[in-house]
Amino acid sequence: MRYAETGFNLEVDLTRGNIERVETDPRDTELYLGGLGTNAKLLWDRVPPEVEAFSPDNLLIFAAGLLCGTPATGCNRTIVSTISPQTKLMAFSMMGGFWAPELKYAGYDKVVLRGKSPDLVYLWINNDKVEIRDASHLRGKGANETAVLIREELNEPKAQVASIGLAGENRVFFASIEQGRSSASRQGLGAVMGDKNLKAIVVRGTRDINVARPEEYMELCNEVLEYIKFRNENPIPGVMPILTGLGSPQEMQVHDEKWHTENFMWGNSRVRRKGFWTDEIERAWTETMESMRTRLISCYNCPMKCGATISPPGSPTYMMKCFSKLTYTMAAMSDLDFGLKIAQRATEYGLDGFSTPQVMAFALELYEDGILTDDDMTGIPSGNDERFFWLLDRIVRREGIGDVLADGTYWAARKIGKGAEAYAHNTIKKHEQLPLKLSMLNPIYFLMYSTGEKINITQIEGQFPQAPWPTREEREEFVKDWIQVPDERFKQYLLDWELRGENSIPYYPTVEMCCDIVDWQERMHYIDDALGMCAGLSSFPLKPPYHIHNYPKFISAGAGIEMDEEKLTQATRRYRTLVRANNIRRGMRRADEKPPENHWKKRFPELEKELLDTYYKFKGWNNDGIPTKETLHELDLDYVAEEFVKRGILTEADESPKEDPGQNESK
Amino acid sequence: MKGDKKTKIVKTIKIDVDKCNGCRACEVICSAFHATPKYSSNNPARARIRVVRDPLRDVYVPVYAGDHTVAECAGRDKYTIDGKEYDECAFCRASCPSRDDFKEPDSGLPLKCDMCESDPPLDEPLCVQWCLADALVYEEREEEVEEEVEQDEMEAGLEALATKYGLQKIMDTVARMSVSKSA
Repeated sequence: MRYAETGFNLEVDLTRGNIERVETDPRDTELYLGGLGTNAKLLWDRVPPEVEAFSPDNLLIFAAGLLCGTPATGCNRTIVSTISPQTKLMAFSMMGGFWAPELKYAGYDKVVLRGKSPDLVYLWINNDKVEIRDASHLRGKGANETAVLIREELNEPKAQVASIGLAGENRVFFASIEQGRSSASRQGLGAVMGDKNLKAIVVRGTRDINVARPEEYMELCNEVLEYIKFRNENPIPGVMPILTGLGSPQEMQVHDEKWHTENFMWGNSRVRRKGFWTDEIERAWTETMESMRTRLISCYNCPMKCGATISPPGSPTYMMKCFSKLTYTMAAMSDLDFGLKIAQRATEYGLDGFSTPQVMAFALELYEDGILTDDDMTGIPSGNDERFFWLLDRIVRREGIGDVLADGTYWAARKIGKGAEAYAHNTIKKHEQLPLKLSMLNPIYFLMYSTGEKINITQIEGQFPQAPWPTREEREEFVKDWIQVPDERFKQYLLDWELRGENSIPYYPTVEMCCDIVDWQERMHYIDDALGMCAGLSSFPLKPPYHIHNYPKFISAGAGIEMDEEKLTQATRRYRTLVRANNIRRGMRRADEKPPENHWKKRFPELEKELLDTYYKFKGWNNDGIPTKETLHELDLDYVAEEFVKRGILTEADESPKEDPGQNESK
Repeated sequence: MKGDKKTKIVKTIKIDVDKCNGCRACEVICSAFHATPKYSSNNPARARIRVVRDPLRDVYVPVYAGDHTVAECAGRDKYTIDGKEYDECAFCRASCPSRDDFKEPDSGLPLKCDMCESDPPLDEPLCVQWCLADALVYEEREEEVEEEVEQDEMEAGLEALATKYGLQKIMDTVARMSVSKSA
């Protein structure tokens, strides 16, 4: 008997319309856990680097994490993995909501899609009954609209729907997959779904999910609930409002946006507006939010209320979460009223709330500077806000300039030429980043930005405070009940960290400490993504209820796989390395691992080199960022080493060849 | 058939639909508690509470499973409250032929909330304990009721037979049965 997982994947060949229920190997669960871990293995085994994002041979995998569908609070994430059209690397974006547990209850851990349907279709999974159904009547429909229509036509109000909008259908490189209050947005997963002519995956399940040691498991769940109550009553003092509590940043309920609006960049990620946040603006934005927000809402089996239903006057209701509250507003240099209205349309189109506003701001900056001309922008309205709506409509339809912009700032700049490249200044590995431009290099963030393979800072940061508290007393207070650290030494790192003087950034935390801290933060995110746990209760906030000490117990009692901290750390290293191996095989190298040039004003090239050198060594990678044969052997990944040698990525002596044939085509 | 006065404990769950965040933790823990062995599995389709949930219409109604009924109602109700239209029979607790709710998914047998009856008893039903949104609040109160003298089961059965066949026929049958058993 399999515990926590179902032990079955659904394999769907969209070209031939073939559907199979395939039993999985329990040894793979032990080695790679589930979710992201086993996704990385499937992509390694079945998607060689010659396969491009829009090839029928590319896989699109929807995975429920290992513990999804068990009573563990907040364990509800779907991990979607494929090859990204934008980065050309392995993409893995997660979504919360209700879809993953429903898939488990239907009897499957993953849906693995291959091929390309000749016509627009959707997949209907109803326990054992799985069918591919015509979706031609849903062409062009919004993502939410599609979900409503499908539930109606199937007469299944309890079915969960993951769908794409027009952006996905038209293969916009930053198209999302939407699922009610949640979305898998980053790196163009929606475009791959659209390329496969798949409008939606609909699932309804009424089966049991078993756990191995019930009483023990329930005790762990209850401890987590108690700790959540404790943290809700004991916010962290001395940090900005969104960092005090658990969950995703509580953007839907916090009205104080001084920190975001004055520290993040506006427009095409260039303009900082100090002193922007006045009483008058606070009043107006609070009123906007309160007049449009109907209710704060949660994902499956989670008490945190990170999302909200938003009803802009005259537009249909939609659901929102987190920082997409401000991305459109700030890119357009507009107000919250505009931001919440345009986000409604963008959500129906199925677009990433991080990349989309930046692509539009980038286009308008090019237009203002004469690089895009009136010929490119025929018909553009004169009003600022209207221009953003106009661009949005063009991009999702790939009309005129919209067709160029729909590939994201990196590729668009290369198509436009005439110096446009300098305007696409905020990408890492070709993917748009948070609009942040800061002063002093932060060595921890330097490493996270450079080496993070989710290519999104919020998907690696979280466990270690972003900055030290000014006084030692405050730091002592913080470490007192800091039970989440993997080792006591992390407390010392923080205690000795000062805002100014010798023990301040960029030289403190020391290079070695930075490696240790980044490795810990990354490890926690990777564990979440295999288990299906929401980062908002684990790897993202300070002092979360899930951590390295109770996770092994959850896996043991839940999945029945004997686990301790060491074994879990080793498993996490294994599939984390496998994610990198997929990308190395696709040409990613050290040269790709860097934050935007202008991310910090004060840069330290020697220190940065030392940081990367040391971190690579720490991770068991060679100086080009390639996992060494020795590392791969330790992690039972000899098959990766063999392929690296066969492809000339590593020589027998564990070095990268002098002339590397596998360079990414970005350079 | 009136008896003495006695007090009974009325168990109530106060449901505040405005506080419900639609997370369905109540369904999760309910189905886990009622699994055999306890907590060994969970499956919201087996839960004895259900959240009628439609975020786009702002509909959130936790409903508990009540009694089973063999026949569906002659008509169905559909409420509109504060401009929000609720699903057909949204507030009804019955497991009935008109819908799948509150039935075991495999056997179709009816489910009924037992307020997490347990030995030793729990302080509060688990759905309430797991609802950190406080949409579900447990309340007990004492109520004085007149004790009805209950007819015992056999008497009720015989009376029904007597109504149908007449008392004499029953007495004859009993006599015949006792003869054949003793022979």
